[in-house]
Amino acid sequence: MILLWYILIPAVAAPLAWLAGRRSEVAARWIAVAGTAAPLALVAGQWIAAAGTLGETFAASGPGAAGLVAGSWIADLKTAWIESLGISFFLAADGLTLIMLLLTFALGLLAVLCSWRGITQRVGVFHLMVLWTVAGLAGVFLALDLFLFYFFFEMMLIPMYFLIAVWGHERRIYSAIKFFIFTQVSGLLMLVAIIALVFIHGRETGVYTFDFTQLLGTPMAASTAFLLMLGFFAAFAVKLPAWPLHTWLPDAHTDAPTAGSVLLAGVLIKIGAYGMLRFMVPLFPGAVAEFRTWALVLGVVGVIYGAVLAYAQSDMKRLVAYTSVSHMGFVLIGVFAWNELALQGVILQLVCHALSTGALFILVGGLQDRIHTRDLGKMGGLWQVAPRMGGTAMFFAMASLGLPGLGNFVAEFLILAGVWQVSEWAAVLGAVGLVFATVYALWMMQRAFQGEETHGLRFADLTKIETGIFASMIAALVLLGFWPQPLITTARQTVDGLQRMTAQSALAQPADPGEAAAAAAETETAGGDEGGAP
Amino acid sequence: MLSLLWLIPALPAAGFVLLVLLNRRLGRAGAAWIGAGSVGLSMLAALLVCGSFIVSPPAGDACRQVLWTWMDVAGFTPAIGFYLDAVSVVWVLVITVVGFLIHLYSTEHMEHDEGFTRFFTYLNLFVFSMLVLVLADNLLLLYLGWEGVGLCSYLLIAFWQKDPQNVYSGRKAFIVTRVGDTALIAGLFLLLTQLGTLEIQPLLRAAEQTWAPDSTVAVVAALLILGGAVGKSAQVPLQTWLPDAMAGPSPVSALIHAATMVTAGVYLIARTTPLFELAGDARLAVALVGIVTLLIAGFSALVQHDLKRALAYSTISQIGYMILALGVSGWEAGVFHFGTHAFFKALLFLGAGVVIEALAGEHDIFKMGGLARKLPAVFVTFTVGAAALAALPFVTNGFYSKDLVISTTLGTADGNVWLYVGSILGAFVTTLYSFRLVWVVFFGEAHTEVTRRPRWRQTMPLWVLAVFSIITGFLWLPAWIGAFHPLEDFLDTALPPIEWTGRYAHFAESAGAAFVIILIVYGGIFLSYLLWVPWRRGTHAFAASPVVRPLAAFWLGGWGFDWLYERVFVRPVKWFAHWARHDLVDYVVDGIAWVNLAGWRTLSAGQTGRLRSYVAVAGFGVVLVLAVVVLR
Repeated sequence: MILLWYILIPAVAAPLAWLAGRRSEVAARWIAVAGTAAPLALVAGQWIAAAGTLGETFAASGPGAAGLVAGSWIADLKTAWIESLGISFFLAADGLTLIMLLLTFALGLLAVLCSWRGITQRVGVFHLMVLWTVAGLAGVFLALDLFLFYFFFEMMLIPMYFLIAVWGHERRIYSAIKFFIFTQVSGLLMLVAIIALVFIHGRETGVYTFDFTQLLGTPMAASTAFLLMLGFFAAFAVKLPAWPLHTWLPDAHTDAPTAGSVLLAGVLIKIGAYGMLRFMVPLFPGAVAEFRTWALVLGVVGVIYGAVLAYAQSDMKRLVAYTSVSHMGFVLIGVFAWNELALQGVILQLVCHALSTGALFILVGGLQDRIHTRDLGKMGGLWQVAPRMGGTAMFFAMASLGLPGLGNFVAEFLILAGVWQVSEWAAVLGAVGLVFATVYALWMMQRAFQGEETHGLRFADLTKIETGIFASMIAALVLLGFWPQPLITTARQTVDGLQRMTAQSALAQPADPGEAAAAAAETETAGGDEGGAP
Repeated sequence: MLSLLWLIPALPAAGFVLLVLLNRRLGRAGAAWIGAGSVGLSMLAALLVCGSFIVSPPAGDACRQVLWTWMDVAGFTPAIGFYLDAVSVVWVLVITVVGFLIHLYSTEHMEHDEGFTRFFTYLNLFVFSMLVLVLADNLLLLYLGWEGVGLCSYLLIAFWQKDPQNVYSGRKAFIVTRVGDTALIAGLFLLLTQLGTLEIQPLLRAAEQTWAPDSTVAVVAALLILGGAVGKSAQVPLQTWLPDAMAGPSPVSALIHAATMVTAGVYLIARTTPLFELAGDARLAVALVGIVTLLIAGFSALVQHDLKRALAYSTISQIGYMILALGVSGWEAGVFHFGTHAFFKALLFLGAGVVIEALAGEHDIFKMGGLARKLPAVFVTFTVGAAALAALPFVTNGFYSKDLVISTTLGTADGNVWLYVGSILGAFVTTLYSFRLVWVVFFGEAHTEVTRRPRWRQTMPLWVLAVFSIITGFLWLPAWIGAFHPLEDFLDTALPPIEWTGRYAHFAESAGAAFVIILIVYGGIFLSYLLWVPWRRGTHAFAASPVVRPLAAFWLGGWGFDWLYERVFVRPVKWFAHWARHDLVDYVVDGIAWVNLAGWRTLSAGQTGRLRSYVAVAGFGVVLVLAVVVLR
């Protein structure tokens, strides 16, 4: 039942915030704080309570549906919804879900806090939209019925559309429509694939159901599986976004209000990765294996292209948006590498990218509130004006370029180490992307914060709220950089389960470096022991 | 005592955190006390730990201290753990002792700077990262320190960030070294995939057991590590960032860009010696990088006008010697030269810092002159440093280490005559440029007024380093002088000893070879005296002659590497970025949108509301359909 609260609390707080906003703006803000902080506390509580069981390895044996059904959900909730169509209200949570929920509510809370000063128009409705987005996101991460998943997947678009179109910046209508069309069209492709999958499963077994756990392992021709996989891939690749489907992102992120950018970059685009991990690969492991090379190419191109384009931008917010394209390229190659190292890296990257990029968006937003421009050409030397802001920007720029000691490095290292086992070249090119990341991060710092202050800008340094927001994000990234184990342990069961589900397919390969070494040692000794025994 | 190992890096880290948190509440005195004090305490801890390590070595001549498991994924379990053996002892002692002296010096050197606290914040972070680098028990943690020092290098080069040129230099340093780091991290992936661990000692044992000598995988792994070393240690072809790095304050040049960080590559190769022992081709590559670098940079140092740039090229050149020694399996010789170089080069940079400060920021050596009487302490200590750099026989530490390095290029199985001749030539050039600085800066006419004289916090480190620049050479005397080599015995516990098995080993070890070097050094010093004291006008005229001038300009600009990279790498990327700045893919998307709009416009243009045209179109359609049906 607790799972339902995660959706209900923000969903119910939303109209309350709107009603309160008609009388007092501050009341609306505080209701929004409560509407995100309360579920955050609940998830944290559930996380701590489940900490003991999360560390164990995946309990059920054998791949496919049986494994997952018997697998240890921390909590689940299943009731019939539209029985005639086989649609159920099926929510369940495992380690990965908890991580995504933590991220959703934490960034939701940050989105509310960072709008405290910046949003002054239609405050009540604004918070209604933010809270509904949060509720939709929570639903996406909890749903295990494919129809229900699609329902939340689409539902959350609408408040996000209004966030961009109403409270956005210069080209807000264009960007909002672009965002909507991209996600809507690709989402429809996924819907087609879902329905096709349900019918194929129904014809084979006589059971028409949207329950993901039952649809696993549906027998079908390889070519059909490939087509259906592409339907899912389209939706998730647009969300992620993968090159070349990324062009909605720079526009949407740039024109969204700060809270919108934070939710977009922090959580919304993570649905792409989550959907691939949770649904696409387990449903079609063979097709994914076939598609692997292409996906690696797309991912690597995205890593480098995003970084180079980020360097080329003169709008600071757009620059940060393009860094997301680059970082999500890592996620794509990590997912398609599909070994434990890479998958743990991907999950860690989702969290760390949300924190580092979210922080950069909050920072740019704060800067825009102060100097009313995002044009890097009109900045320069801001460190002298606001040293604390400069230091903070430097920190998150370093997180962006993957500096060791911060969580982003651990994530990128694990991803690339995992990818190396599948394709050395993809890993090397991904690492080259980090050189370009250095280029854009340092270039941004130079244009905005270093050099001589020549524009006569004077403004206040970080406020107390901002200092609090940034300090908590810095602490989290440093903690994850030196001790990522809590997250790794939390996700272990999920990753283990995913690996088992696909163990029979072409995706599985010697992923464990120890095994690889043992295999290498065997071939070495078999091939004539030249070195002699030590 | 050894259990205090973790304190050595933890103290500067604590200093860094305190400086960040307290920041402006501290004031200058507070920042100085925390900044220099934390490193001073770290030095004491290092002296205690390393002292007890030397006096009573632990079992296996190494000790490991694991603080916690960093992560545990798929059998990959790197630790936050430290490993101390003879090699890391040498580095830890140099880093903390030189580091503390430079911190002390900085409290006076930077006293009027508005970024005083920021300076010590960065400097403490640097010392922490550098100590992590040399103490790490696994390559991933080493990489953490490796990137950490890179960050601090960037921050400190760009320290005076109001000048965009400084920031540019910082960025260049960071980006160029990151190119090398890409090779290093690829090496890490390769090692992890092949050997299943990144913990250095088990990894090296596994490599020795599973890889055949000169197998491809061993060579590739060693070459990738060399790639990282080349970037960080400013060796050809990634040396271009170091001369520009002189934009940072002088103490930074002394600590980061002379004594410690730039020798990280030497450390890395020494640390992974067994890998290079397995890979003959990689050793050859190391030796070639070393010899090419030391010659190229030596000639560049000869023609520089900027005091610090001359020293920077000299640093590149001297690290070339260390790398060369490693490449010919003279592992211990490389480490020895690192130790001696750290003292005399830090001394030279600190001396240069005082000189530049005294002349109100003047960097051009030809606008200095006659400083011997005005800054006597600097004159004496700088000359000691220059003499050590030039390897003045018997009394300086540089003589003993460089003599050893040059001997190994001939005496080991990997050595050969070409490397030997090249390194002798390099030694000759070194004497020329190092004493050129002494003659030009301290003798002759004064061109600029001295406006400031150093106090004790600046002169004390100079004197201490000058003493070290003399006595540390006596830790390893060559065989023909006497059998006193405690440093060699100590290093033997962690590194393979130098094997004098080459064809000319007998000569290389003898007094005869040393006599050649002694002759070269004295000859070089005498020639440089002639060139820059009595014949100076003639020298300038010679340098300005039409034949020599292009060559001198070529050397001055660092052999055209910057020119080439600008055209091959920088401009194409910039051009592409500018060309694609509106996102090429978006043109496709906009194209789809345009087609839709065009279709809509065409169709809506037909909606005129006039019945006649509707009927005409419908009639035309009927005719068309009929025509198709009938004519088919």
